[in-house]
Amino acid sequence: MTLIKEIDYGTPESKAEKLVTLTIDGTSVTVPEGTSIMRAAMEIGTEIPKLCATDSINAFGSCRLCVIEVEGRNGTPASCTTPVAQGISVKTQTPRLAAIRRGVMELYISDHPLDCLTCAANGDCELQDMAGAVGLRDVRYGYDGANHVFARNNGEVNFDWKPKDESNPYFSYDPSKCIVCNRCVRACEEVQGTFALTISGRGFDSRVSAGMDEAFMESECVSCGACVQACPTATLIEKSVIAVGQPEHSAVTTCAYCGVGCTFKAEMRGEEVVRMVPWKDGKANHGHSCIKGRFAYGYAQHGDRILDPMIRESIDQPWRVVSWDEAIAFAADRLKATQEKYGKNSVGVITSSRCTNEESYLVQKLARQGFRNNNTDTCARVCHSPTGYGLAQTFGTSAGTQDFDSVDDADVILVIGANPTDAHPVFGSRMKKRLREGAKLIVVDPRRIDLVRSPHVEADYHLPLKPGTNVAMVTALAHVIVTEGLVNLDFVKSRCDWDEFQDWAEFVALPNNSPEAMEMTLGVPAADVRAAARLYATGGNGAIYYGLGVTEHSQGSTTVMGIANLAMATGNLGRRGVGVNPLRGQNNVQGSCDMGSFPHELPGYRHISNEAARQVFEKDWGVTLDPEPGLRIPNMFDSAIEGTFKGLYVQGEDILQSDPDTRHVSRALANMDIVIVQDLFLVETANYAHVFLPGATFLEKDGTFTNAERRIQRVTKVMRPKNGYADWEVTQLLANRMGLNWNYTHASEIMDEIARLTPSFAGVSFKRLEEDGSVQWPCNENSPHGMPIMHIDGFARGKGKFVITEYVPTDERVGPRFPLLLTTGRILSQYNVGAQTRRTENSQWHSEDVLEIHPHDAEDRGVRDGDWVKIASRAGETTLRAKITDRVAPGVVYTTFHHPTTQANVVTTDNSDWATNCPEYKVTAVQVSTTNGPTDWQHQYRELTEHSRRIASAIDAAE
Amino acid sequence: MSHDSVDKLVKMANQIGKFFVAQKHPEGVASMTEHLKKFWDPRMRNAIIAHVDHGGAGLDPIAIEAVKRLVHGAGAAASESRPDEHSFDG
Repeated sequence: MTLIKEIDYGTPESKAEKLVTLTIDGTSVTVPEGTSIMRAAMEIGTEIPKLCATDSINAFGSCRLCVIEVEGRNGTPASCTTPVAQGISVKTQTPRLAAIRRGVMELYISDHPLDCLTCAANGDCELQDMAGAVGLRDVRYGYDGANHVFARNNGEVNFDWKPKDESNPYFSYDPSKCIVCNRCVRACEEVQGTFALTISGRGFDSRVSAGMDEAFMESECVSCGACVQACPTATLIEKSVIAVGQPEHSAVTTCAYCGVGCTFKAEMRGEEVVRMVPWKDGKANHGHSCIKGRFAYGYAQHGDRILDPMIRESIDQPWRVVSWDEAIAFAADRLKATQEKYGKNSVGVITSSRCTNEESYLVQKLARQGFRNNNTDTCARVCHSPTGYGLAQTFGTSAGTQDFDSVDDADVILVIGANPTDAHPVFGSRMKKRLREGAKLIVVDPRRIDLVRSPHVEADYHLPLKPGTNVAMVTALAHVIVTEGLVNLDFVKSRCDWDEFQDWAEFVALPNNSPEAMEMTLGVPAADVRAAARLYATGGNGAIYYGLGVTEHSQGSTTVMGIANLAMATGNLGRRGVGVNPLRGQNNVQGSCDMGSFPHELPGYRHISNEAARQVFEKDWGVTLDPEPGLRIPNMFDSAIEGTFKGLYVQGEDILQSDPDTRHVSRALANMDIVIVQDLFLVETANYAHVFLPGATFLEKDGTFTNAERRIQRVTKVMRPKNGYADWEVTQLLANRMGLNWNYTHASEIMDEIARLTPSFAGVSFKRLEEDGSVQWPCNENSPHGMPIMHIDGFARGKGKFVITEYVPTDERVGPRFPLLLTTGRILSQYNVGAQTRRTENSQWHSEDVLEIHPHDAEDRGVRDGDWVKIASRAGETTLRAKITDRVAPGVVYTTFHHPTTQANVVTTDNSDWATNCPEYKVTAVQVSTTNGPTDWQHQYRELTEHSRRIASAIDAAE
Repeated sequence: MSHDSVDKLVKMANQIGKFFVAQKHPEGVASMTEHLKKFWDPRMRNAIIAHVDHGGAGLDPIAIEAVKRLVHGAGAAASESRPDEHSFDG
């Protein structure tokens, strides 16, 4: 393996269709109009020297190193800012150009330290490369004059010198090495869209400045690392490179955090990760990343990782470290004994939305082929299952309709219940880029998320609805579209079921669905709702992006169908720039659903009652499959408390922390005879486990993840699993001990089986992924290279189906005892239950969950900023610190659920979506009051955790 | 099944009923029956069938109708083909 080096074309690609032919150094080249001469030269392999240019950002023309000569034109223009023209003849190297470049380099080097040998960028420094390229042999100016390089000049303190800023845990900023090329500033603006960096001062005083000359950690910097990646010197550089040195090989792999699915080059030295660098050819991220993907991989080496299998007879005993053989035998024997005693349907599995497709596939196969039941579910149940149901009903497939690139053509972006800049940051940056280009924005969210107003982005309409009223909102929007004659009738007539449309139109047009009638319910001025509906319907390409703020409600599925109705009624489907785009939470939520993790459907979304589909698997697996749907996660818990569900194998999900109503979940788990947890750490669920099987990180195994765009991408093993096995191998050990005869020797063989048995995956193989980089399913004979945009000529189900969306208020209503509504969400630096990110330096950004509360509500309760407060619902109570902010409306409080000590889910209830049982995380009636410290439950829970995590020493075990 | 569990199933069934009762095409009761067949594990279906057999307290009319069709439809057939289910009824 070698170090992958992408070509830097210097300036971005031109999207013009008209082509221009010119000559560069006698060679003819044809490129799109608007291409820079620098880029055209690189197309034919001619690298014009440059420092301030890189192809992720627009040309700037400041370094003057890229000068060229054009026949018949005066002077020496910069090739980065000079576009190509038909028939021109360019020279990239003449004695005049060489002299200019050498002169420029000489000036640069006269104010740059010459510590190349001990510099962290040694071997990866563009300044060094350019000095070599232009033939710099001498620096005549010396260092005696004014400079930024030395702390002291001639024995005097040098006020132009600044010390390093080491405040960020992941990268350092050394002003003495800065050449003021502005690449970091422009990357922060153009790529990330945060505008945290600027150049302060002028001329010789020009310095890169985070915020108002603050330390990076104190500035608005979100630590995405785009500036570090853009820096041509060691000025901004990863601390891991400083610590380890330059990498010697790399492999392309896919991030294991959110559903954006950024691809990275894992740059390695032996089996040590030197750094993660976003891959330029990655179709989801185009060379960008967020703090989590680029920097927060340290958990993989964290001391908390459990590397040896452990078992115990009962959960009050300490863990006993055993061999893999013994642990697998114990697990298999107990599962079999449980099935013998309580029947075959008494055990089940939960597949992971963080593990690979291949691993999810095997876990559900274990249930179906091994346990002979359909008790398989996945954490998608608690996030996007309503998307699966709702879009399948209306369009005929649960798939999101677009690729991420589609946003570049959107004119109106409607964001509902999603917070992309925190939860899907790399896509959030793409969206902000389009907004800065002039697209309009409507945000439907109870909370004022960053998108509503942040540098150079402002929502045209923010509709801060009351939590739990989404259906009322989408129906009110539809009311305006129908009653004001804004329906795209051509689209509806040709593409949708006309009778159903008429029924729907009649329903939404009812006066009680108007924004005015709904004003009290929504808490949003009717005029704003009307204006937003008009904008979405008439503003050009309208694209809807939504998240868990839509799905995690008692009417989650209804809202999804309401969103589909809006898109169909306005004809915003089937082309670029439009669509219905669910932003999936975890890295492989899409994949785990595709892989047949749900109890009612086989891989590829075929219902288990479908005999033909069953037969395909029965023939391949050599067993008869149960035609009845199995238990969903909440049903598993209910049945466990009931006593009919007694055994569970959970791969890579911490249900005790992530699922609602913690006390209900813990009662269920405590009631089981066998709980097998496969994970990296002793997660909260492991408190109730009898078998702990150590898991592997995404760096330690091969496989694929499927992102929110249905894009299947490779996960590449770059080091041996510390625990000894990839997760699919562990499942195979268990399956074989259960009597199944599996013989997979590589993850690619599992994908081959998936492709063989699943029509929408028929063309997928590791070979295809290697050739194409990635593939968006469906990938088969009809679309051998996948399908970026769905429903182009017709819907998957034939005619689009309009569904009537009657608003049914949730049972979770405010009253005298619980007068506030709690809603939950995420923050940029932490991920889900925090098992990974809490074990990295990301905790410096967010070390505890806080409760956001409006100043009025805080004052009523005597709560001051930073006070400990108790939050109580009918399910339970917990404590955390208050943060007073008007981001939330009066009557609404908000928190995250990243930290186990807070246990926000002790408060959430067991209400769920009517169609899918997706929990209603987003609405809980609560009361907030001041308190002195943790609740009894938090004390008891901490004791239980400490007790449960005991591991017997070797001597104890021998006895 | 205990009262708690049945109460929960009743609540879930009523939630489903509220959606289907609002639909015009196809007929709500049939759609709700189909939904229960497609997404409810047999032990849940058997429990709600048993509850309806005992009067169906707390269930909305559409839910009672939909569950009754389960008894005479695939739900019953499924239980027959899987006699082991009954032992879990508790």
